Amino acid sequence: MRKVRAAAAPYLLALPAWIWFAIFFVVPIAAMASVSLTTGNLLEGFQQTFSFSNYAKAVGQYHTQLIRSLIYGGIATLIMLVLAYPMAYWIAFKGGRRKSMYLFLLLLPFFVSFVLRTISWGFLLADDGILFGPLKSAGLLPGDFHVLATDVAVIGGLVYNFLPFMVLPIYVALERVDPRVVEAAYDLYASRWAAFRKVVLPLSLPGVFAGVLMTFVPATADPVNARILGGTGNTMIGNIIQTEYLTNNDYPTASALSFTLMAVLLVGIFVYARSLGTENVLEAAAR
Amino acid sequence: MHDPRTSPAFLRGMTRSRSVSRRDVFRLTGLSAAGLALSACGVQGQQKAAPKPSEVADFWAGKKKNGKVVFANWPEYMPEDRGPLKKFEQETGITVEYLEVIEENASFFGKAEPQLRAGQPLGYDIIVMTNGTQFAKMQALGYLVALDHKQLPNFAANAGAKYKNPAYDPNNTYSIPYTSGMTGIAYNTKYVKDPIKSIQALFDPKYKGKVGMMADSQEIANYGLLALGVAPEQSTRADWDKAAAMLQKQREDGIVRKYYDQDYIDAVSKGDVWLTMGWSGDVFQRQLAGEPVAFVVPEEGGTIWTDNMMIPKGAANPVDALMLMDYLYKPEIAAELTEYIQYVTPVPAVKDLLSTKAAGLKGEDKEALEAMIESPLIFPTEADYAKLHTYVTPSTPAEQEAFESMFQAVTQG
Repeated sequence: MRKVRAAAAPYLLALPAWIWFAIFFVVPIAAMASVSLTTGNLLEGFQQTFSFSNYAKAVGQYHTQLIRSLIYGGIATLIMLVLAYPMAYWIAFKGGRRKSMYLFLLLLPFFVSFVLRTISWGFLLADDGILFGPLKSAGLLPGDFHVLATDVAVIGGLVYNFLPFMVLPIYVALERVDPRVVEAAYDLYASRWAAFRKVVLPLSLPGVFAGVLMTFVPATADPVNARILGGTGNTMIGNIIQTEYLTNNDYPTASALSFTLMAVLLVGIFVYARSLGTENVLEAAAR
Repeated sequence: MHDPRTSPAFLRGMTRSRSVSRRDVFRLTGLSAAGLALSACGVQGQQKAAPKPSEVADFWAGKKKNGKVVFANWPEYMPEDRGPLKKFEQETGITVEYLEVIEENASFFGKAEPQLRAGQPLGYDIIVMTNGTQFAKMQALGYLVALDHKQLPNFAANAGAKYKNPAYDPNNTYSIPYTSGMTGIAYNTKYVKDPIKSIQALFDPKYKGKVGMMADSQEIANYGLLALGVAPEQSTRADWDKAAAMLQKQREDGIVRKYYDQDYIDAVSKGDVWLTMGWSGDVFQRQLAGEPVAFVVPEEGGTIWTDNMMIPKGAANPVDALMLMDYLYKPEIAAELTEYIQYVTPVPAVKDLLSTKAAGLKGEDKEALEAMIESPLIFPTEADYAKLHTYVTPSTPAEQEAFESMFQAVTQG
């Protein structure tokens, strides 16, 4: 009897997590899948008609914004990677005793709300704001120069807002690299570059993978940066889903778009994992 | 007058409608969980006809004052000191909880709808919504309490004829106006030297990249239609097509910088855009704060809209809500509100009251108040009203959908 209980214990302990997962993931996803196949409108009600054409219609109508979001998310993720890796490397290997302070400094701006931070960029980057105003009056920039309301501003906002989620996983991976392994590489006549390329980089790849996962997905789906920093032609898929859901009360289209986005992101992640040579995506993500 | 830029209410207004967008993703999943049971057979339509007088009487019979009322309103719609509400509390003994939680009709409705459909109370006794799509949906879905006009004596006595029995709510069945305002053109006088007169300025290549338009379909449709010389309330689907094509061209020519919600006012006062569609009261508040912005109703016409007070279904304190709604129709209270919010009051007697007040003032205060009294944008004359149009009201859900997708294709492309 005791043996049975001991065997059941891990499952029982995991029960709250399973219940959480069921209530807040499985049920909503199933409900959303169901809603995405209905037809109708708010006033007359939505009927379940298993209308898969909702997907074709939604994608047909909004493929521009979907592709745009993937491009913005992809570019932002690449920029973040380029910025984050040296940052994480420096903190992990050269940070010394102040490591935790540097990490804290990195996170400090994120104690302010996401939206307020983005609005602040709107103030900083205003056409005649504190940054460009003086440059323009000094004649260093043409009068009609502007960053706000362009894709540069939106991608910049995405990079700024999600950067720590790239730095932290890479830092954790680099931090775990045993310095003696690197020393061993030097002892075997590896150059600094070769030691990095053959030892440090491969060991940090799980961190890079996790970082990309944690930034590419939310950056692609984000509606806030496009709304606040973008202009015409910068609308992202998150904005569309929001409008479909809140303004048009077109729940089937909103659900179909959400699912499409999810599917596209999942496929993207698997392809990426394969190309990175990670055999098992889930295992890599768990690391 | 305070500086709106630093007002906490304003900042909340700036931020909340957007922060909502992230929370709404969760809301969506929450809704879906509740909707799982429904989804098997589809979500039931709830369309309702106008209530019979006997039903209204039955609802109100036996309802009593509870000593508490929760008022959900838009930012910048109540003096900082909450004077009118304090007076109400003193006179009636009813405690008012005043919340500035509504920044946009669409997002407010989007959040409230699942709750109302599920028959849950919103926790608000009075809400304020603009005459427009979402208000029409609230009526059609039966989410509003029909008002007991026997309990609204001040409204009956003091509301102007234009604010009674409006087309969007016949006989004021569900709502009475809070305030009205106009959609016109706001421009930054630092950059725009010639006063703007015509709506065509918004389409002028001279201002390429410096023009703001509104993201709201009804607002932008009205301006497209007016630019074509069509009265929005009489427009047909063919007119919408032409207006949408014209607005699309305006966008493709690079004239529009961005389609704005409430944030247009910051953009125009900072100079990110030089001219933009705007709302009268916002601009006056900025003018009082010393910012270089001006407002004009273009000669082709502008839009007049009304924000209305109403009681959502399931409100806990309907009698107290009626008392407060009616109280705001006392001329002296309405005057206090108008002086702060700078929009059009539904109580004509306010003009005389403010004139009397101005006579007793001196110097700058007197000038400011007199300027306000003379402003056609706060106290429009008949001739001014003749230039003002209401929103397009598509008649069926299918028309509504077509209308939205036509103009959203412009603003969200």
